[in-house]
Amino acid sequence: MTMARTLYDKLWDAHVVAEGADGQTLLYVDRHLLHEVSTPQSFELLREDGLPVHRPATQLAVADHSVPTHDRDQPIADPQAAAQVALLEANCAQFGIEYLALDGPGQGIVHVIGPEQGFTLPGISFVCGDSHSATHGAFGTLAFGIGASECGIVMAAQALWQVKAKRMRVTFTGALQPGVTAKDMALAMIGQIGASGAVGYAIEFAGEAVRALSMEGRMTLCNMAIEAGSRTGLVAPDETTFAYLKGRPRVPQGADWDAALAYWRTLPSDTDASFDTEVTIAADAIAPHVTFGTSPDQVLPVTAAVPQGEAKLAKALAYMDLQPGEAMDGLAIDHAFIGSCTNGRIEDLRAAAAIASRGHVAAGVRALVVPGSGAVKRQAEAEGLDRIFIDAGFEWRDPGCSLCVAMNDDRLPAGARCASTSNRNFEGRQGAGARTHLMSPAMVAAAAIMGRIVDVRTMA
Amino acid sequence: MTPLVTVTGPALSLPDADVDTDIIYPARFLLITEKKGLGRYAFHDRRDAPGFPLAPGIDQAPPVLVAGPNFGCGSSREQAPWALAGLGIRVIIAESFGEIFFSNCFKNGQLPIRLDVATVERLHAAAGAGLPFAIDLEARTLTVGNDAPILFTVDDGRREALLNGWNDISRIRALHGADIARFEQAQQQAAPWLWTKG
Repeated sequence: MTMARTLYDKLWDAHVVAEGADGQTLLYVDRHLLHEVSTPQSFELLREDGLPVHRPATQLAVADHSVPTHDRDQPIADPQAAAQVALLEANCAQFGIEYLALDGPGQGIVHVIGPEQGFTLPGISFVCGDSHSATHGAFGTLAFGIGASECGIVMAAQALWQVKAKRMRVTFTGALQPGVTAKDMALAMIGQIGASGAVGYAIEFAGEAVRALSMEGRMTLCNMAIEAGSRTGLVAPDETTFAYLKGRPRVPQGADWDAALAYWRTLPSDTDASFDTEVTIAADAIAPHVTFGTSPDQVLPVTAAVPQGEAKLAKALAYMDLQPGEAMDGLAIDHAFIGSCTNGRIEDLRAAAAIASRGHVAAGVRALVVPGSGAVKRQAEAEGLDRIFIDAGFEWRDPGCSLCVAMNDDRLPAGARCASTSNRNFEGRQGAGARTHLMSPAMVAAAAIMGRIVDVRTMA
Repeated sequence: MTPLVTVTGPALSLPDADVDTDIIYPARFLLITEKKGLGRYAFHDRRDAPGFPLAPGIDQAPPVLVAGPNFGCGSSREQAPWALAGLGIRVIIAESFGEIFFSNCFKNGQLPIRLDVATVERLHAAAGAGLPFAIDLEARTLTVGNDAPILFTVDDGRREALLNGWNDISRIRALHGADIARFEQAQQQAAPWLWTKG
């Protein structure tokens, strides 16, 4: 009789190459997704040692962070960004790695295109030089972010020394109320356990509200696991997962599909498996959430006011130009951003368009909609969402990380206040001195139209 | 990788909590594709703040950094440890670290040390007072001024790699090439769908 295991244990055990003497494990890596920012120095490591890529077929590359989201039929105007994207393409050509071209149909944000391409599969180990790699855990994938040196190690050796995390289960009981989304679940959890609350843990998300989420919602939830300190967020694969994957490019077909499916069904945590920490959150009590500070755990229901008397918040509130006791509902904004690896998928754009169709972007507000991938953009256009956004005064852009990271053309000026669907409200994240309020796509669309933060439920 | 055996010198105190890698290395400088010469960008947007211990343009700092809890959280960007290395920082002490940052440090010959909150508070005071810090990785000790040495923990494998300046890629290939080949053979049998390019 084997010991009861969690999903994380099963994924881990299936990838052990060797055990070190000191608790480190050499873990096999099945898939590596590359982008232009975290890999120039990784390829240099290979060149220094004169090494090839061990299994080029397990690697896939795309440019997303530094790319412009406008005038994509023109050469990239910023010479540094142009050189960085060209370097990725040249490195991939030299080392035999498939590169999804900037002007091709497959381009998009790494964490949007991985699942879309069927490059992300249940049961595999998956890495990318980006902290939001936790996103892919939505498929029951052992996915985690790594640094540039580790990207080089994976390319050359297909394995990494890792320390196994402890297990945390976050159970969302009950069903979400209308107008409340996976983004609000993620923000509520981070608010409850803190920005370092899950350091050293792998989170498995469970409960009725998680099972009811679409794959898009599950990806949003897992995406933000890192904002609670966990490198890994997981949802057990189920019929929703399999239905999403079936027939996608790179997904096993025929007898391979049947064999893979049989394996994937064995992955969910055993019913009697135990976790090191359990967190329970009542999903039916979650209101739409909004961040007020400069860390994702400085977050509140939109109906609440900035906390009073907390001295440790003084620095964040000074940066955000907010006073203790100030209501979040009604706070004026001047920018709105819908997109990113957190909320740049088709379901996110549908939710935002449903609100955008009811009005027009307020005077003095600049609002951007940036699809997460070319496929998302084409799907949205087929459904007429682009017309809804454009008619409502939103800018309709090409795919990329855009205003989530501000290392491309999309940057906010100092002092700008932005309602954003992205994942980080750090100082300077959307531009030096810019102020970010994280919220769901529907909440951002509502803020864009009203010119101020509002509870989207009052617009029903 | 430059070996790290002992590090001696003054320490920089930066007690803020949740100093993320965007603060350590702002995103717009990620367009640079080098890893050397990044010290001047470290904490770039914080340097004008009143009381910040590094002035704009400075590209040299003490070899030890005493930081606040959850230091290096956020983005996986290895430019954060590269920028700190550019300042000459070899050892970073905090109550807790962002996990990817923690792992990245070891890849660049830097030692992150986790200590309890009370000890870190004392070290902030010692750093502020200009006391000399001495780290001995062989003995796993940190000595500040004339105080008794503080013991710290570090994984054996990582300690050995730092002491010897070993590079992970060549080590894994040399010591575990056969293990990897064995794993791959077994996986081709057990999960053949991962070996057909779809």
